[in-house]
Amino acid sequence: MKFTPEKLIDMLIKMYKIRFFEEKVDYLFALGLVHGTMHLSIGQEAVAVGAISTLKPDDYILSTHRGHGHCIAKGADINLMMAEFLGKETGYCRGRGGSMHIADVEKGNLGATGVVGGGIPIASGVGLSIKMRKTGQVVICFFGDGAANQGAFHESLNLAAIWKLPVIFLCENNMYGMSMSVEKAFAIENIAKRAGSYGFPGEVVDGNYVLAVYKVVLKAVERARKGKGPSLIECKTYRWKGHSKSDQNLYRSKEEIESWKMKCPIKRFKEKLIAEKIITNEEIKIIEENAKNIIEKAVDFAKNSPEPSVEEIFDGVYS
Amino acid sequence: MREITYAEAIREALRQEMRKDKNVFLIGEDLGIYGGAFGVTYGLLDEFGEERVRDTPISEAAIAGAALGAAITGMRPVAEIMFMDFTTIAMEQIVNQAAKIKFMFGGKAKVPMVVRTPAGSGTGAAAQHSQSLEAWFTHVPGLKVVMPSTPYDAKGLLISSIRDNNPIIFIEHKLLYKTTGEVPEEEYEIPLGVADIKRKGEDLTIVATSIMVQRAISASKELEKDGISVEIVDPRTLKPYDKKTIIESVKKTGKVIAVHEACKTGGFGAEIAAMISESEAFDYLDAPIKRLGGLDIPIPYNRNLERHAVPQVEDIINAAKELIYR
Ligand SMILES: Cc1ncc(C[n+]2csc(CCOP(=O)(O)OP(=O)(O)O)c2C)c(N)n1
Repeated sequence: MKFTPEKLIDMLIKMYKIRFFEEKVDYLFALGLVHGTMHLSIGQEAVAVGAISTLKPDDYILSTHRGHGHCIAKGADINLMMAEFLGKETGYCRGRGGSMHIADVEKGNLGATGVVGGGIPIASGVGLSIKMRKTGQVVICFFGDGAANQGAFHESLNLAAIWKLPVIFLCENNMYGMSMSVEKAFAIENIAKRAGSYGFPGEVVDGNYVLAVYKVVLKAVERARKGKGPSLIECKTYRWKGHSKSDQNLYRSKEEIESWKMKCPIKRFKEKLIAEKIITNEEIKIIEENAKNIIEKAVDFAKNSPEPSVEEIFDGVYS
Repeated sequence: MREITYAEAIREALRQEMRKDKNVFLIGEDLGIYGGAFGVTYGLLDEFGEERVRDTPISEAAIAGAALGAAITGMRPVAEIMFMDFTTIAMEQIVNQAAKIKFMFGGKAKVPMVVRTPAGSGTGAAAQHSQSLEAWFTHVPGLKVVMPSTPYDAKGLLISSIRDNNPIIFIEHKLLYKTTGEVPEEEYEIPLGVADIKRKGEDLTIVATSIMVQRAISASKELEKDGISVEIVDPRTLKPYDKKTIIESVKKTGKVIAVHEACKTGGFGAEIAAMISESEAFDYLDAPIKRLGGLDIPIPYNRNLERHAVPQVEDIINAAKELIYR
């Protein structure tokens, strides 16, 4: 597969933005500036970027509670994300949703759900709508390994199969659903294997290599656009940080975490681009600095944004 | 007496009942090494092992159903649904199956199961992790609904719930987990369906549930400074619930506020208000019955909006003054 240098560099930039965004919100949380909880996808950037880079701007995604990467890969405005984090009126959800519910409907990001597996049935509905409207769009539905054990997973994949809906079911297998390892939660090795029981292709891919993700997802996207129906893709990756803010990481070893840090998807991609002379070390430094600046500016924007007003508390319940 | 937290009281009830009866076991997500999302079951894995502190995949329908299946065949499961919001996924098994099996089978099956679940807002977890859905469950014959507001009640009510032969929805509150209170070390039961008067008073009755009991107590201390004496009735269980204690209190004070965190429309306060107006206490009322509940909106993320979405101490004070100084 041939990539233009621009495309490769764009992917790298997005991965940096995700990493720096999440490191920053982690820090803001530690300072007590962020209310509630949040779920970081540090270490999983290649999945969001690899998958979403295959899409056209008007294609859809459905995200999860661990969704910052999906948003940024789909082209979200970091200012509006950061403002949402701080619960501000200028945020994507006017401060009503927070980290777990960022949506960018105009850009085809149909939002994150706090309910594990909650997006999977919606994806089949989006696929149905695409098919009925004959628009040629596709939808990527992100969900975790844990979500694959919800009953809704079964119902929705079957629906997409029998109606040949243009849905890419993308399982981000980061090895744990909270404290439960995939070894404990499944009696099969690969979740992708389940696709066969619905009658469509399932594929396992190295989720820490952005180009591998891209390649496999692109195949599924092309299949969906041709009207041939859904696919299930399982990206094997790893969550570096705790599940959320309440996690003491008692269910896994430091060694295990460190061994996955050695497989950092950003480092790996960066080194490949340098080795292939697509980018220089100096250019990488500039990319990093630019990404950090964007995040810093977003923090300023968010901090200087107004709080939602209590008078408007009923807004948005009904249209 | 020693003081422990609400979470510790629940854990102690679980531990003591598990020691006493080998058929009691826990089933739910991340109960074991993680100790539950709020740490309630922390440490129980060490004592009872994986067989009885049973972690499940993220499958709420199967958690409820497995608890039910185990219950009708001789076990006494205590299931945990990590957030009350996710009982929606378990609803079929709870509402259509667990609640009705005994009756449908001519009274022959026993269903000794408890579903523990934390409700409530105030943690910044937004619309899908903050709901208070107790009223739904009170609408289902066959279920019992328990909602403790103190560590003492939590322990005694949980022990009674585990020993009861009916499906029980045991609703905890996230903001109560760290509150402390006196709790006896030994086991004790608090009968289901018996209210507790959390504070005696003369001028006004507040019927409050869960976290609102604590807020009503704070409010009553403020109101006392203005010479207003408040009686606080905590039903503790919403199904069955203790009508008599509420009626007696209202007959004495002639004024009543029902307060809960759940959305006001269709909330349990409506049941209490309707019950009072149908009862002999109606003739004793000096003022309309007042209900305080959450706004009819999903819980917002923003801290300030979130606070405004549900009754706070000052809202209870204002409502009380409105009734008193009409
Ligand atoms: C229906 C439901 N059950 C439980 C939870 C609590 N919870 C939030 S995330 C999570 C783990 C999800 O695991 P997975 O789907 O693998 O995604 P990951 O967190 O690993 O990204 C759990 C149990 C929830 N949000 N929704």
